Amino acid sequence: MLMRAACGLIILAMALIIFTIIKKGFPSLNWQMLTSVPKGGYYFGGEGGILNALLGSLYLAIGATLLSLVISLPSALFLNIHLKKFRKLQNAIRLFIDVMWGIPSVVYGAFAFTVMIGFGWRASLLAGIITVTLFIAPIMIRGMDEALKIIPDLLLEASYSLGSTRYETAYKVFLRQAMPGIATAILLSFGRAIGDAASVLFTAGFTDNVPKSLLQPAATLPLSIFFQLSSPIPEVQQRAYAAAIVLTVIILIISITGRALSFRYSKHDIK
Amino acid sequence: MEFRKINRKLFDSYNTVLMIITLSLVLLTPVIMLIILGYKSGAILEDQSIWKLLFTTAWEPNRGNFGFMSFLMGSVSVTILSLLIAGPVCLLTAIYLTQYAGERLVRIMQPVIDILAGIPSVVYGVWGILVIVPFISEIIAPWFNVQTTGYNLLTASIVLAVMIIPFILNILIEIFRAIPVELTEATLSLGATRWEVIKHVLVRKAKSGIISAFGLGVSRAFGETIAVLMVAGNVARIPNGLFDPVYPLPALIANNYGEMMSIRLYDSALMMSALILFSVILIFNFFSRVSIYRIERNL
Repeated sequence: MLMRAACGLIILAMALIIFTIIKKGFPSLNWQMLTSVPKGGYYFGGEGGILNALLGSLYLAIGATLLSLVISLPSALFLNIHLKKFRKLQNAIRLFIDVMWGIPSVVYGAFAFTVMIGFGWRASLLAGIITVTLFIAPIMIRGMDEALKIIPDLLLEASYSLGSTRYETAYKVFLRQAMPGIATAILLSFGRAIGDAASVLFTAGFTDNVPKSLLQPAATLPLSIFFQLSSPIPEVQQRAYAAAIVLTVIILIISITGRALSFRYSKHDIK
Repeated sequence: MEFRKINRKLFDSYNTVLMIITLSLVLLTPVIMLIILGYKSGAILEDQSIWKLLFTTAWEPNRGNFGFMSFLMGSVSVTILSLLIAGPVCLLTAIYLTQYAGERLVRIMQPVIDILAGIPSVVYGVWGILVIVPFISEIIAPWFNVQTTGYNLLTASIVLAVMIIPFILNILIEIFRAIPVELTEATLSLGATRWEVIKHVLVRKAKSGIISAFGLGVSRAFGETIAVLMVAGNVARIPNGLFDPVYPLPALIANNYGEMMSIRLYDSALMMSALILFSVILIFNFFSRVSIYRIERNL
């Protein structure tokens, strides 16, 4: 049956991707690779590892997720509490953010690069964090918004009638009620931040060292995979496959945690 | 006591202002992007006519020739082909999952879709190079008596199709779920077969939803960069067939940002291609989203 085949095809594609990545990369995955930075001649098959990219990616993704959280959480709460009575405006903002969601990361990257040139800034961890923040903020807001949207109006009215201000309603009632959904939104955004290459290609730069300050350039896992794969030397390509496993495992952990979170905490919700 | 009350109120208004600032910051970003990209592409638009830029194929930055035609055609062909592959698969799967499949399969499929949506594009690129490239060059191409490296339009479209499947599928499932069960049951009770229900009720009722889901898929495919860059071959020429290499717009931007400052008008040309990407995707996204909103409200 055709429909069953289509469904099977999708499962097969996912299995094939994960299987290929693990099979190809596993032989060259080792501890030394994860715990050392590239040494001299690394890109010609020499000693070293991808610690620079691993830590760079983590710094970048954590920084961008935190910065985005600071922007997104108030925005999402405002949209659902202060604008509750303005249905049209609420929907217009949702539409706007949904449309933003589709802007490709390469456009964010190109835009940020132009601005950086305009101000004479160099590629740095900070520039990467800001660019990725711009890129994940719409994703995070809409994710939180979906969790906040389903909170019943009764809860808002109950909170007001007890004399709470809107601020208290937002951060003490709504935030707690929507916590699992919000945590999932944060995790998903983190996954986007760590996996994206096109936005950091221009802005975060690439280096063999672990960045020591926000103003130094930072290497990232996706770019490290991309660069090593374009090398003609088989050993270097092998490392790209191993780095791909690391990135895939990070993404899988995020995906599974997100699912477990929303499953586990959903029973505490007031329906 | 009185003081505390005033304090709370003050804090509340202060917080409201803060919230308005963060939200406006987010909403202003695309506007600022549009203005700056537009301003930057101004330089090349003053120098050359837009027709020459869009409809010629000569790409020689050193001589001041910036014809986007082959990149545009590259992007368009990759996008259309990937939608042709992903569209039917998604449609069939969505119908199967919402109409036939049991609880268990749905519970298996949900994480599969999640994982496919979460895998970074560079990993898709690696997969494309490891699996699809040799598959095309060693198995498919010899069938047609074609010599190819495997880095071509077909490969890029297959990789891209797998990447956009989760996005299209998620929306399709939502749309099919929103169709009232009574409608299908009523048709079934009139003696229609399952297939007739799908053809005459489901697909007809969800037509605009299906089109919008595909529209979102298009905007996703049009802007994808790294994975396509890795498998498309990147030769600036209008592709003549499935086995020709292509060079889509996002790949052009990603490949050339390094040298764009050294050649006159080069940066302006690249910003203009970013602007083209931005506008095309915004338009597709806008109409798809509006129509999805309308469907959700009506059901």
